Amino acid sequence: MSPSERVLKVDIWRGESQGHYQSFEVPERENQTVLDVVSYIQRHLDAALAYRFACRVGVCGSCAMTVNGRPRWTCRTHVSRVTGGGKLTIAPLKNLPVIRDLVTDMTPFFEKWRDARGRFVPGDGPRDEMAEVSPDSPQRAAASAAIECINCGICYAACDVVSWRDDYLGPAALNRAWAAYNDARDGDRPGILQAMSRHSGCHNCHTHHSCAEHCPVALNPTFSIAALKRATLKAKLRGELSR
Amino acid sequence: MTPLSYLLQRGTAMFMAPLIIIHLIVIIMAVQGGLSAEEILARTRGSIVWGSFYGVFVFAAAIHAGIGVQTVLREWTPLGRLASANIGHTLITILWVLGARAVYAVVWA
Repeated sequence: MSPSERVLKVDIWRGESQGHYQSFEVPERENQTVLDVVSYIQRHLDAALAYRFACRVGVCGSCAMTVNGRPRWTCRTHVSRVTGGGKLTIAPLKNLPVIRDLVTDMTPFFEKWRDARGRFVPGDGPRDEMAEVSPDSPQRAAASAAIECINCGICYAACDVVSWRDDYLGPAALNRAWAAYNDARDGDRPGILQAMSRHSGCHNCHTHHSCAEHCPVALNPTFSIAALKRATLKAKLRGELSR
Repeated sequence: MTPLSYLLQRGTAMFMAPLIIIHLIVIIMAVQGGLSAEEILARTRGSIVWGSFYGVFVFAAAIHAGIGVQTVLREWTPLGRLASANIGHTLITILWVLGARAVYAVVWA
């Protein structure tokens, strides 16, 4: 780093759940993402820094971290937009176990996708004709509004209810369940509502909208969860749910 | 929270909203000229209307508060689901008994 270069002060979490912040100084650039800063530190200042990324263009959802207190996708977050007084503080995502430094264990996050019945369940047998799904149908529109999730875990880290209750399925899994519920080809749509009706399901949402506020691809899991609440209540009143 | 407890909590809230408004309006109107305990009891004793009104009100309030406290305990304390539910159900019973006793006292006693 030459003496004339402007310097960015960066504090980065080191360790596991117990750890400390380590300070670094990184050259400040005109165009620089938070992921660029972390990569610079790992390549030039401390090769042992653990972090996770893949695509670097906001598609894979791997690089989410807590930046100056907010969960963000670091590959698409420009430093100039988030620095407070020329300083960055970077930590792993909240609400997930820390493996090391900036890397979280996403296992609970994806286990909840499974528990929310977010996977596609095929019908009983081969269909004579391919299912016709009109792009204009309300079901398809509802699925489309929820389907572009990149599994980054940002909404999960931002959710207050997840921080209070470790069994709550969380916004991403519930948003996925709503998309799956609106898939006309799914062979077990009542099973999704049954999964939503457990104690860990959609009715725990407090409608804080933190998930929607932080979602980097502008989805609104809160709306999906509210729709799931309505669907489960209707099913309950019709006697279609076992609890 | 299950669909049933969600339905009960939101349902009792919707049910109580107009009752609370009526309750407040009646209080404000009744105290305009000053009001003594004897005057209140004179109006409520033997009144099936007020007995029914406050009878269902305390029942709805007990359910609403019990489920709410159960949720707060589950989210803000280390208590598990079963312990929170037990405390919530106990609270529903206590609030309902106390409320029903108060209604009985001003209407029939």
